[in-house]
Order: sequence, then C-alpha cells, then structure tokens
Amino acid sequence: MLRAAPALTISVLLAPVAFGLLATLLPAFGYLPALGGNGFSLAPFGQLFQTPGLLRSSFLSLATGLITTLVAVIVVAGFVAGWSHTRVFRRLQHLLSPLLSVPHAAAAFGLAFLLAPSGWLMRVASPELTGFTRPPDWLIVNDPLGLTMMAGLIAKELPFLFLVTLAALPQIAPRGRMAIAASLGYGRIAGFLHVVWPQLYPQIRLAVFAVLAYATSVVDVAVILGPTQPAPLSVRLVHFMNDPDLSLRFMASAGAILQLAITVGALGLWLLLERLAGASMRWLATTGQRFSSDNAVRLLLAGIVVVSAMTMFVGLSILALWSIAGNWQFPDALPQSLTLRTWERQLPMLGKPVAVTLAAGMVSTLVALVLAIACLEREARTGKTGGNRALLFLYVPLLVPQIAFVFGLQLFFLATGLNAGFAALSLTHLVFVLPYVFLSLSDPWRALDGRYLQVARSLGATPNRIFWSIRLPMLLRPVLAAAAVGFAVSVSLSLPTLLIGAGRWPTLATEAVALSSGGDRRIIGVYAFVQLVLPALCFALATLVPAIIHAGRRDMQGVS
Amino acid sequence: MNLKPTGLVLDKVAIRLGQRVLVELSATIPPGEVLTVMGASGSGKSTLLAFVGGFLEPAFSASGSVWLDGQEITRLPAHQRRLGLLFQDPLLFPHMSVGGNLVFALRDPAGASRRELAEQALAEAGLEGFFERDPATLSGGQKARAALMRVLLSKPRALLLDEPFSKLDAALKQQIRSFVFAEARSRGLPVLLVTHDRADADAAGGAIVDLGEA
Repeated sequence: MLRAAPALTISVLLAPVAFGLLATLLPAFGYLPALGGNGFSLAPFGQLFQTPGLLRSSFLSLATGLITTLVAVIVVAGFVAGWSHTRVFRRLQHLLSPLLSVPHAAAAFGLAFLLAPSGWLMRVASPELTGFTRPPDWLIVNDPLGLTMMAGLIAKELPFLFLVTLAALPQIAPRGRMAIAASLGYGRIAGFLHVVWPQLYPQIRLAVFAVLAYATSVVDVAVILGPTQPAPLSVRLVHFMNDPDLSLRFMASAGAILQLAITVGALGLWLLLERLAGASMRWLATTGQRFSSDNAVRLLLAGIVVVSAMTMFVGLSILALWSIAGNWQFPDALPQSLTLRTWERQLPMLGKPVAVTLAAGMVSTLVALVLAIACLEREARTGKTGGNRALLFLYVPLLVPQIAFVFGLQLFFLATGLNAGFAALSLTHLVFVLPYVFLSLSDPWRALDGRYLQVARSLGATPNRIFWSIRLPMLLRPVLAAAAVGFAVSVSLSLPTLLIGAGRWPTLATEAVALSSGGDRRIIGVYAFVQLVLPALCFALATLVPAIIHAGRRDMQGVS
Repeated sequence: MNLKPTGLVLDKVAIRLGQRVLVELSATIPPGEVLTVMGASGSGKSTLLAFVGGFLEPAFSASGSVWLDGQEITRLPAHQRRLGLLFQDPLLFPHMSVGGNLVFALRDPAGASRRELAEQALAEAGLEGFFERDPATLSGGQKARAALMRVLLSKPRALLLDEPFSKLDAALKQQIRSFVFAEARSRGLPVLLVTHDRADADAAGGAIVDLGEA
C-alpha cells in the first residue's frame, strides 16, 4: 500500500488532466466519432472565430487574470512587507484566515448583494445621501469592463495568497534581515522588497501561477459578477458545452483549447512581468534610495486589506439576512420583518444538493487524505522525497484551466460509460481536493521532530505502531485542518460538478450558480448560506476535536 | 565465526558522507561501563549514534558492524535492537500522560499490571503519583527522570546518550548524571555517550574517544 502511494497519487493528479486534455484536443480538430466527427479538420476553430464578440471575451479573460493576480500579489507583498511582526498583522491574520473557507460563489453573491444598484450600500446611502428612491440604472455589477468581477476575485484570492505567503515566511527568517535593512536606513517596505521578497517569491510562485490560471478561466464568479455582453470566454464556453445542439461540442472543444492558450499566454506575460519587476528592483537597489518614510503607503495597504475583508464579511451577512428577510423594499437599510418562510419553502429542495455536496466532499477528502498521508509516511520511512518535481505534479490540476480538461474528461467519461456516475464525480473532485490537502499537510508532517519517532523505535515500537500511536495523534490538528481545507475546496467546485455530474448530481455550488440568473435574493441567500456554513462547520470541528481529544495536554493545544 | 564479548561492540565502524570519512571507530563497551565519544558539533558523533541505533540517514554510507551481547545487530530494524535512546530534550510524547509514556515503553503484554509497573518506575524516580500528569507540567529534572524511566522500562540491553545533560542547569546536571549512570551500572548496561562537555566524560568515568576537529 505504502509503496504504491506515490505512483497512485501522481496518476490521480495527472491522468484525468492528460486524458481530459486529449479528449478536448481531438474534437477541437473535428475528431469525435460518437458525434459523427471521423476526420480531422480546422472547422471547429473556424466556427469558433466567427462567434460574435469572441476577441473581446478572450481579452476580458486575459486581462481579468493578469490584473487580478497583479493586484493580489502587490497587496499581499506590500502588506506583509509593511506590517509583518506587528499586532495589526496578527489581528488581520485572524480576520483573513476564515475567509479561505468561503466558497467562491457565496463570496461573489455577497459582493453582488452589497454593491449592486439595489444593493445594501446603496440602501444605506439612500435616499438621504443619494436622493434615490428607486435603484439607479447603473451597471455596477456585471459591468462591461469586469471591474466588479476582478474586485470579487481579488477579495477571494487575497486570503489564499496571504496564507501561502505566511506559511513560507518563517523559512526565510525575515526578522533579522529586515532589522539589518532598517539599520541601514531602509523603510519597512523597501527593506522587505530588497532583502526578503527575492527569496520569498520563489516559494509562493506556483501558488501565484495557480491564482493566475484560475482567474483567467473562472466560471462561477464570472457568471455572478462578470460582464454579459459579451461574457468572459470561460462563461461562454459553458453555454456552448451545455447547448442541446450537440454539434456545438466541436466548437466548444476548440474554445477550451483557446482558453488553454489564453491561460498559457497569461503565464507567459506574467513571466515577462517577473523579469521586468526583478530588473527594476535590482536597478533600484543600486540607487540606494531608502524610502524611509513609507507610513502613508503602509496605511493604504492595511486599508485595502481591511476593506477587502470587511466587504466579504458584510456581504456574507447581507446574504444571510436576505434568506430570512420578509418585505425588504428599496431604499430601506433593513428588512421590515424577518421570516423563516424562504427556508421553509426551500428546505425540501435543499435535501438532495446538501446530501450530494456532503457525499462528494467527504469521499474526495477522505481519499485525498489517505493518499497524502500514505505518501508522506512512505517518505518519512524511506527518507526519499519527491523534491520539486513532486510539487509541480501537485500543481498541475491547479495550473491547467478547469474548463480545458474537465470538458474533455466529460467526453472521456461519456465514451467509457462512466459519465454522470457518483464515482466519476468524486474522482473529479479528488483531482482538485488532493493538491490542497497535500500542500496543507506536508509542512506540519515534515516539521514533526523526528527524534520522537526515533525514541519510539528505540522503545521497541514497530513503524506501524508508531504511526498510529505517536505520529497520527501528534499530527491530529494539521490532519483535520487539511481535511477541512479539502472539504471546502470540494464544496466550492461548481464547473467540474456541473460538467461531470451532467445535472444528475446537483450540489450547493451548482444550484447556487444556476440560481444567479433567476435573481431571487432570498433563495440565493438560502443556498449560498448553506454552502458557506458547511465548510465553516468543518473548520470548527477541525479545531474542536483536537482540543477535546488532547484536553489537559498543554503542549498539544496549538499556538493560534 | 566471530566470537564477540558481552556488551556493546563496534567493529571497524566507518561512516562516510560521499567520499569524506566522518567517523572511524572500533570499541568494546563492557556491561555497566561508559564509553564517551567527544567532539565538536559537526564531528559526526551524533551520526555515529544514529548508525548504532539504526537511524542513519540515507545520505550517509557506513561499513563495519555493531554487536550486542555477542549478537550482530547492524542490520536489525531499529525497533528490534533494544538500544535505549536519550536526547538532550526529554521528548516525552506530549499527547500522552506521564504514565502513558511509560506504559508505551513496556514490553510485557500483561494488561492490568502494566500500570502497576509504570507506577513503580515513577516511584523509583521520585515521581510518585505522577501517572496521570500532563508531561508539559513537569519541571526539567522531573521530565529527564521520567524519560530515563521510560527508556529503562523498555528493557534495553544498552544505552545511547546524545548530549542528554546539555540542556540542564548546573545543579540538576549533577543529579541527573549520577542518576543515569547509577541506573546503567546497577542494570549492567553498556553506555555509549556522545558529548562535547568534558565534565560529562569525567563523571562517566569510562574510556574517552575524541573525534577531534571536523
């Protein structure tokens, strides 16, 4: 079992992506015998390029990815530079961490309910400040430039990049370096960017790439917040893929390949940006500029982080409020009454999506956990690590745009008769859950003091006994935390669920995104709230269970 | 046939990192006696201990053999060597009670009497009534004694000590040192001690090997 673990893990990560890409590539060039495509041709691409607004859609996707990632990286770098090791930093860290578990769709709905012309901010300001007694006819949400969509993505990716950065930071030992830079007269931010960032960035680089790949091809956030005339490429592809006219599948495949090209192009441009930024920093270092008074910039950065986090919290609260709102007319800041009627009506319909969400989440998380633990335990017993190559494998499913291989995977499952089965759904979830589970677990696993294990061996305990009675109990907290992260990832997966489940396996994520077109805020509030609560409960359990099991053991109580 | 004396025997042990030889040593440690291996940090003394204990990292290569009471143990898995290990930290398992730590080490399978054996060992170390205590609440000296009793309950046939006194303050160091050596002597255990502290070597009273500069 242990010996097979690395190979099995790598196949789980790579095989679906490889088969999926292949099964996207063939129809893109006209080959899909099931639908009568027996030869190769460029017709699907010809058809694709004749779609109106395609160039604009493609450009939107590219720009969204680059701008979102750039802003998120700058804010995270600047915030860590300006505030690390301060009390403000610790406070904001506690504020940002729980946001990691918020599903993308729920976060996007929260933002929409806050910013829309009939949203809560406008209600608070109206009519006293604005004079509006009915919502203005403004395109704030779904604006043609996609600004709200980018804001939503940034607010959601900030906590992720922030926590990844935070995990990498201790290995750089930044305090001493920053003290030296400060003693040479450099301001906090300049000192950090000169002496810490060059070593820190390579550690978080793959995560940045994952954000970039995600933001160029995101579907759920784009459906909820993004432009519609035209929509970003990925959103339009989903329409092609679900079109009853099966002949559109060829064009959809070609579109998926175009999406892949756009993501690769964005990565290429990003690499260029990296070089430019690196060269500028090296040049700046030769000038000896100190930037010693950077308080204004520091305040601005902290402000952005606070506003972005508060926006999420307020938006999610409004979402919950809508689910229990009675009559709530514009421009009232609060509903006239509260009622459980929406919940009562939706409860019978919630059963299946909740059950499917729980089942897919638990199965994929459990399998991911077993695979990750088996790999790490084998590594510990044999002393062989996978090194950087293994890390890249883990990131493959996060770097290839979901839509580019999941659509092919759907065709592949169709051809093999596996489609629309629960096993296919769980396997697809596993592909996305496994990297996050592995990445969250590997650091604490490797950080356990190996001398505990040597002592246990010398006391006569077999490796298996050590695993069950020393390693696993001592690592209970990070194991459960990794499980909670994995479960949260599964709960938020909408596109893969939609495509692979083929409508037969509705989850909270697919239902919530489907509801966005109807626009009933009360019903959306119910679904998004439940989608939000499930992972949050999981994180709560992941904190509570170790605290109970290890009650009365001071050194097992964790730090945070 | 290679007839070895009782005790712990290192026969032409050599440990290499790449081409570089870190340690070369042949030694016999009779029951109840201490061999002290001295050297600065980086001299390879901890690596020697890891080799004898069966924990050598794959980056190192080693030749020679280790014998315990006439039996070769060089290729035995670590948990079958019956070598008691003590580090500079007591390393009591933080998720178990003090008593749980001791019970974990017991070899005798008998159920009910296991707790009694652990209680007895605690009493022997002046830790009467500590069975249910959280290890984190013990003082440094109490932890060190609990760790030693844990090792002794596993009925080792030799002790490997890796700077076990270096983190204790001066008064405590004396006390724990004589406690450890007295227990080893009374049970007839050969002891391999690595340290950079000359006072440890003097207190041990046995032979001294100096690995010199790295």
